[in-house]
Amino acid sequence: MFRTQVMVILPEVLLAVSAMAILLLDLVIKRKSVFALLTCAAAAFAFFAVTGAQGAAWGGMFIADGYSSFFKAIFLISLVLPAASSAGYLDVERAGHGEYYALMLFATTGMMVMASAGDLITVYLGLELMSLSLYVLAGFMRGSTRSNEAALKYFLLGSFASALLLFGISLTYGLTGSTEIGAVASYIMSHGLSGNPALAFATILYVAAFGFKIAAVPFHMWAPDVYEGSPTPVTAFMSVGPKAAGFAVIGRVLMLALGPMTFEWTGLIIALSILSMVAGNILAIAQTNIKRMLAYSSIAHAGYVLLGIAAGGAEGLASAMSYLFIYAFMNIGAFTVVTLLTTEGVNAEDLEEYSGLSKTHPLLAALMLIFMFSLTGIPPTAGFAGKFYLFSTVINAGYLWLAVIAVLMSVVSAFFYLRVVMYMYMREPGHREHRMERSFGARLALGITALAVLALGLMPAGLIDLARSAAANFKG
Amino acid sequence: MNPYLFGYLGAAILALSALSLTRKNPVHAVLYMIVMFFHLAVLYLGLGAEFLAAVQIIVYAGAILVLFLFVIMVLNIKEEMEGERFSGGWPFGIAIASGLFLLVVLITGNIVPGQQGPYTPGVIAAQTNTKLVGTLLYTQYIFPFEIASLILLVAVVGAIVLAKKKLR
Amino acid sequence: MPGHVLSPYLPILVLMIIALGFGLGSLVAGMLVRPRRPYPEKLMPYESGNPPVDEPRYRFSVKFYIVAMLFVIFDVEAIFLYPWAVTFDKLGLYAFVEMMLFIAILMVGYVYAWKKDAFRWE
Repeated sequence: MFRTQVMVILPEVLLAVSAMAILLLDLVIKRKSVFALLTCAAAAFAFFAVTGAQGAAWGGMFIADGYSSFFKAIFLISLVLPAASSAGYLDVERAGHGEYYALMLFATTGMMVMASAGDLITVYLGLELMSLSLYVLAGFMRGSTRSNEAALKYFLLGSFASALLLFGISLTYGLTGSTEIGAVASYIMSHGLSGNPALAFATILYVAAFGFKIAAVPFHMWAPDVYEGSPTPVTAFMSVGPKAAGFAVIGRVLMLALGPMTFEWTGLIIALSILSMVAGNILAIAQTNIKRMLAYSSIAHAGYVLLGIAAGGAEGLASAMSYLFIYAFMNIGAFTVVTLLTTEGVNAEDLEEYSGLSKTHPLLAALMLIFMFSLTGIPPTAGFAGKFYLFSTVINAGYLWLAVIAVLMSVVSAFFYLRVVMYMYMREPGHREHRMERSFGARLALGITALAVLALGLMPAGLIDLARSAAANFKG
Repeated sequence: MNPYLFGYLGAAILALSALSLTRKNPVHAVLYMIVMFFHLAVLYLGLGAEFLAAVQIIVYAGAILVLFLFVIMVLNIKEEMEGERFSGGWPFGIAIASGLFLLVVLITGNIVPGQQGPYTPGVIAAQTNTKLVGTLLYTQYIFPFEIASLILLVAVVGAIVLAKKKLR
Repeated sequence: MPGHVLSPYLPILVLMIIALGFGLGSLVAGMLVRPRRPYPEKLMPYESGNPPVDEPRYRFSVKFYIVAMLFVIFDVEAIFLYPWAVTFDKLGLYAFVEMMLFIAILMVGYVYAWKKDAFRWE
C-alpha cells in the first residue's frame, strides 16, 4: 500500500527531491549553468511520472487523475520555459542561482499538490508552499527596491488571502464536520445546506482567496506592482503557473466541494469575470511599462478563463483548461522576449525600448508579433483557437451577453497589444541600439513557445480533445 | 467551559488586541500581544486542547514574539514614536473590517454544527489531546505533515536569501 | 469545580498569583521602607560609573533577524516532535520513518544555512 501511494505522488517527490538536491549542490558546484539544466531534467522526469501516476493516496487526501495531470502539464511547462531562459538573466542581474531554481521547483511542487488536493487541508498546504516560494522569488533581486517592494506587497496581500481561505475552510468544517472535498459535497447535498447563509459566506471567502491567486478584479491590486518589480523570468513563471493552480483549486473546491451551491457561486464568478475583463483591458491601455501592461493583460485573461468556469459543466471546464494551456505558451513567450532584451544596464521594460525592433532584430520582433496577435486572439494563432472554443462554450451555456462582452473587450485589448507591434514595426530605432542577451536556453524557450502558439492555433483539436477527456472524468 | 471564564477571556483578548493595535510604542504593543497570547492559551486549555495551548505559548509567545521584538529593534523606535500610529488608509480598513464583522454576526445564527466525528470531548479527555493529535497527524494526516516540512524548508531558504547581508 | 477541564491547572494559577504578589509586594515594601533622596546624578542610568554617552536604544543589526527567523522555524519543527514522542510507542516504525523524513528535509535547510554562514557573526 505504501508503494502505490508513493507512486501516486512520484512527480511531486521528484520535484521536491531535485529542489533539495539543487540547494545542496549549489554549495559545492561552481558552474552555475548546470542548475537550469537540472531543473529542466527534473521537470521532464516529473512529466513522465505524471502521465503514469493515477489514483488516490492517503484516503483520498491526494488524487492524481486526468484533471490534475492536465494542470500538472501546464505547471511543468510554466516551470521549464522560464527556468531555461533564466540563466542569462541571472548573470546580468548578478543574482544567486541554486536557491532560485530550488524555489521555482518548490513552488511547482506546491501547485501540483493544489491540483491534486482531495482535502481542503491539502489545498491550503499546497497553496502555502507555492505562495511562500513565490514571495521569495518576487524579492529575489535583493539590491532592487522595486523587487523588495514587490515581495512585501505580494506577501502582505497574499497572507491576507490565505487567512480568508482558512476562515472559509473552518466555516466549512464547522458546518459539515469534514474537510474532505467529496464528503463536504455529499453532506451539503444530504442535509440541504446549500441555502445556508454561513456556507454562502464561506463561498464568498473561497472566491476572494482564489480570486486573489488568479489576480481577478477586485482582488488584483497586487498584480501590476508585483509583476513589474519581480525579476522578468519570475514574472513569466508567476503569471501562468499560480494562476492555473488557482483555477485548479477553483475546480476542486467550487465545482466539487461546493457543487451543490453552483447556482450561488456562479453569480459571483460571472461578476468577477466581467470586472476582470473590463478593468484589466481598459487599465492596460494606460500602461507604458510592458511588464505592467502584461500584468493587466493577465488580469483580463483571468476574466476570460473565469467565463469557462461560469459556463460550468465538463465542457466549460475543458474550455477553461485548454485556454490556460494556450495562455501558458503565449504569455511566457511575450515575457521571454522581454527577458532576452534585458542586458547590462538595459531593462527593456519601457515601450519606447521596442521602437524599431523589427529593423534591428527582425526575428525577435516577428516572434513578439506572434505572441501579441495570440494574446489579442487573432487567427491563425493559438489565442484565437482558445478564445473561439471558450466563447462558443459560453454561448452554448446560454450566456450570449457574456460572450458579447468578452468579444468587445478582446477588441479593446487589440489596442494595447498591437501598440507594441506598432512600436516595433512603424517606428525608427531609438538612440540606443538593441542588444540581445546571448542565452541559448532563452532562445530555445522562445522558439518552443512560438512554435506551440502557431501549432496549437492551426491544430487545436488535439488539445481540446485532451482537455475534454480530462474534464469529463472530473467528478467527485 | 465556565461561561464567566469564557466571558472574561473573550473580553480580555479583545481589549488586549485593541491595546496592542493602538499603542504608539511598538515594544508596548508586543507586550500586550504576549499577554493576549497567554489568555488565548487558557482559552484553548478550557476547550480541552492542551497541545494547542502549549503551541500557543511555545511558538507564539516564545518564538514569534521574539522575532517581532528583534524586528522592532531593527527599526528606529524614536522615529516610530514620532510618526502617526495609523497610515492614511485606516478609515477604509475599518470599514472593511466592520463589514466583515457584521457579516460574521449575521451568519452566526445559521451555523448548525456538522456531523460529529469519533473524537468527542469525552474521547479526547480520556486519551489526552496531545496523544490524539499525534495519532492522527502521523497516520491520517501524514501527507500534509510532510508538505509542512517543505514549507519550513522554503522559509529557511527565504529568510537567508532575503535577509543575509553577504550571500556567498 | 471538580472534573472541570481546567482544574488540573489550578496550581499554576495559584503559583502565578503568588509570583505576582511576591513581585508587587517586594516593590511596595521597598518603596515604604527606603529613604528617598533623589538628585540628578542618582537618576541617571548606571553605566559602569561613567556618565552615559549614548541613548540606550540604538538600532540592532539586521543580522538578528536571521537568527530569530531560524529560531522560529526550528522551534516549529520541535513542536512537531511532542505529539510524535507521546505516540511513538503505539505507532512504531511507520511514524519513525515519517519523522526521520521530516527531520531530513529540515536538515537540508540546516546544512544550507550552515554553509551559507547564516550562523556566523560577520
